[in-house]
This record gives sequence, structure tokens and C-alpha cells, in this order.
Amino acid sequence: MIERLGALILDSVFALGNFVLFLIIAVVYALLPPFKPRLIIRQIRLIGADSLFLILLIGTFTGMVLGLQGYNTLSRFGSEGALGAVVALGLVRELGPVLTAIMIAARAGSAMAAELGSMQATEQVDALTVMAINPVQYLVSPRIIAGIISFPILTTIFDVIGIWGGYVVGVGLMGTPSGPYFNGISGNMTGHDITLGLNKSLLFGVVVMWVCCYKGYHAERMATGVSRATTEAVVLSSIMILAWDYLLGSILL
Amino acid sequence: MIPPSNGSSPPEAIEVRDLRRSFGRQHVLNGIDLDIPTGKITTIVGPSGCGKTVLLKHLNLLLRPDSGSIKIDGVEVTRLAAYALDAVREKFGMLFQAGALFDSMSVFDNVAFPLVEKTRLSRAEIAARVHETLGAVGLAGMENKFPSELSGGMQKRAALARALVHRPKILMLDEPTTGLDPTRTAAIHDLVRRTQQNFNLSAVLVSHDVPQVFTISDRVAFMYGGKVHLQGTVAEVMGSDDDKFKRFLAGRASGDEEAGEAL
Repeated sequence: MIERLGALILDSVFALGNFVLFLIIAVVYALLPPFKPRLIIRQIRLIGADSLFLILLIGTFTGMVLGLQGYNTLSRFGSEGALGAVVALGLVRELGPVLTAIMIAARAGSAMAAELGSMQATEQVDALTVMAINPVQYLVSPRIIAGIISFPILTTIFDVIGIWGGYVVGVGLMGTPSGPYFNGISGNMTGHDITLGLNKSLLFGVVVMWVCCYKGYHAERMATGVSRATTEAVVLSSIMILAWDYLLGSILL
Repeated sequence: MIPPSNGSSPPEAIEVRDLRRSFGRQHVLNGIDLDIPTGKITTIVGPSGCGKTVLLKHLNLLLRPDSGSIKIDGVEVTRLAAYALDAVREKFGMLFQAGALFDSMSVFDNVAFPLVEKTRLSRAEIAARVHETLGAVGLAGMENKFPSELSGGMQKRAALARALVHRPKILMLDEPTTGLDPTRTAAIHDLVRRTQQNFNLSAVLVSHDVPQVFTISDRVAFMYGGKVHLQGTVAEVMGSDDDKFKRFLAGRASGDEEAGEAL
């Protein structure tokens, strides 16, 4: 019993160590030559450009919901004028980075885990090693760099389109005057809010790529292994996004 | 780290001595002694689970042994640092069981890959080398196809071209005919023989196509229980009256897998 518990704890510690080591190795290789901008650009296209439509869609609806709910709540206190600030601060500080990261994890991260997992299953990763090409440097490092570049850009797009979504509902449908909507934003939003949001999205970029690459890279070499890796990648990414969001929020406030 | 080559190859392309490897409590390699001579095809056969694939993964440096020695082209590789292994890896080409072609790339890009990544050849030189190698494996004109558009046999040929394109000295093949019908199996066997002769390669072949594969082999190593139980020229091995080998052979020839496996 105690032996089993000990083995379980040891296994967990080893697994956690491997997980952290994986990121460290990928980051170190990202800084070592040969540099392959071509691979990074390809990943930016897959993570960033191909997720753009989804981000626009989700951003618009999130902004609209915030506009609607914000208006309903604020109008009870007669402070509809604060709607712009409520929508913008909610988006920039919390919802923009978090929802963008979760959407990319679900869309690009799952595909990434499945791709790496099936490359592992069909010995393509071994083939890279045998050809004297480091598979982590070739497959993982470019994806982490691409995540760091893409996430803040997509988050910014999400925020902007969300603010317009809130405008459409709050000003267009509910009839709040448009002057206070924008004045509320420019008057209440500080550089600190924007930095906080962007820092979060940078961190989420690393976390999502790290988790999804790790899960795919270490998938069991069979079809069920690949499907399990894909599911675990999305679930673990989402959990880590929300956990880090809270931690970062409480540290940086 | 690696002694300069003086132009002449040692008599053994690969020399394995007392190689041991365990996974947990399972002892998979129990002291392998094996010679892969230069310029010959050596075929490793044996019942499933005897450690053939694990042995090959040690020869191509994907796994590291617990103890024992592997000399590749005269260089002891078991204690080399990770960065020094790449220089050894460039000496060999590997054909994986399922081909392991990159499915996001065309046949041309797959075959060009080792040259693009590891050499400073110009695009024109790379293209010439790729066309030549694809021609040698009978895939001329297939450059723009994707792996998913090729039949199983053609995928093996493309993977063979990728393994050969950087002109290795040693070719390793992991069950190159798995999943192919008898006609295609014979065609791939012929191709392996021809390329080995044309490129003057030392080849290691793990195969379960017993006894067909013996027609193209120079030497045979029969593995059993994590050891090389029997090795020598095809004639020597076929002529031996070793009981385990005979039962393995009989099980294979009658198509009765169980008799072969249940040794």
C-alpha cells in the first residue's frame, strides 16, 4: 500500500519533471542555430492566420453579450454611461486573453497534438532523429515561438472586435449614447490594463503550445494514443489557462 | 572524438559485443554478439518478441544500451555524447517499417529533406540528386505526388530513396516488406539487392519474410531470446541442424505463425 503510494508519487514527480524539462529543452533549442524562420512562419499561419475568422466571430459575440448584460445591470443603477468601460476592461483584462487562448487550444492546439502524435506513431519523429535532425528543435521550438508571436496579436484583435460588438448592442440596440461609451473606455483604461492583458496572452501562448506539443510528442504509438493525447491536450491547456489567469491576475492585479 | 577516416573501411561495418538492454524487469537484449560485414547484406530473423526491432534501434542509435559495445565503421558509439552521434548518423540511411515519409511533404521534398537540412548543396544540385535517386528506385516522375497518393510498395520505394539520397555507407531496413503482397515483396527484395550493389552498401535487414529473404542475403543472424543464437553465411545457417532454427523455419514455411512464435 505504502509502496504503491510511493511509486505513484515518484511517477508523478518524474512526469512533472519531464513536462518542465520538455519546455526548457524546447526553449534552449529555439535559441540555438540552425534557425528556421520558414518553419516558424508556417506555424504562425496555422495558429494565427487560420484561427482569425474564429477569433473574429467569438470576439464579436463575446462583446455583444457583455454589452447586453452590462447594459441590463448598469441601467438598474442608472449608470449606462459606464458601459464602454465595463465592456472594454472585461475584455482587455480577462476575457480577451482567456477566450482567445482557449479557442486556439481547441482549434490549433488539438490539431498540433494530433499531428505530433501521429508523427510519433508512424515513426516520422524517429526518422528525424536518424537523419541527425533534433525533433524537438525541428517540431516543438518553432511552434512555441509561433505561439508567442500569434497569441498577443489574436488577443488584440479579439479585444478590438469585442469592443465593437459591445458598441453594436449597447449603443445600436439599447440606445446608450455613443460619446460616453468611448469616453468611458479612454478615461478608465490604463496602460497597466493593456499590459496585463498582453502579458497574459504571451504566457498563454507558451502554455498552450507547451502542453499541446508535449501531449502529442509523448502520445502512445497507436490510434487510441493519438486521440487520448488530443483530448488531454485541450483539457489540460484549458485548465492551465484558467489557473494561470487567476494566479497572474492576483499577482499583477 | 571520431578518428579521421583513412579511406579504407574496416572489415566490419558494425560490430556488436555483449550488448544488453532491459526495460524495467524485462531483459530484451541479453548479450548480443553480431558482425555486420562491409559491403554485404546481413539479415536478422527470429520469432516476434525476440528483440530484433530493439536491436535495430540500438544500431541506428535511437536507443542506448545498458552495457556492451557497438562499433559503427570502427567508431565506438555507445559512450559518445549526444552531439557527437549526429556525425555517426550521417553514415547511415534508415528505411522504417511503415516508410515514415513526412505526409505533409511531396515525394520530392521528402527525398530532398536530408540534403536540404544537412548539406549546403545548391537547389539545382539537390534536384539532380533527388531525380537520380528516385530513378534508381523506379519512381521517376512521381516527384509531385504526396505519400498518401502512393501505394504501399511505392511508399517503401520513396522511403528507400530518402534513405539513400545522402549516399550513406550503411543501410538499415526494418521489415521493408511488411504489408506487401508476394509479388511486391519480391520486387522490393530485388530493389534492395540492386541498390546495395550499385551503391556498394553494407546493409542490415530485419525481416520476417523467411525463407524468401535469404535469396538476397549474404549473411543471416537468427535471434532467439534476446541473443544471436546462430549467425553465418546463408549456406552455413541453412545447413545447420540447430533445433530452434529448424523449428522457426518450419513454422514460417508452413505459414503456421504459432509454431514459429511458440519456440
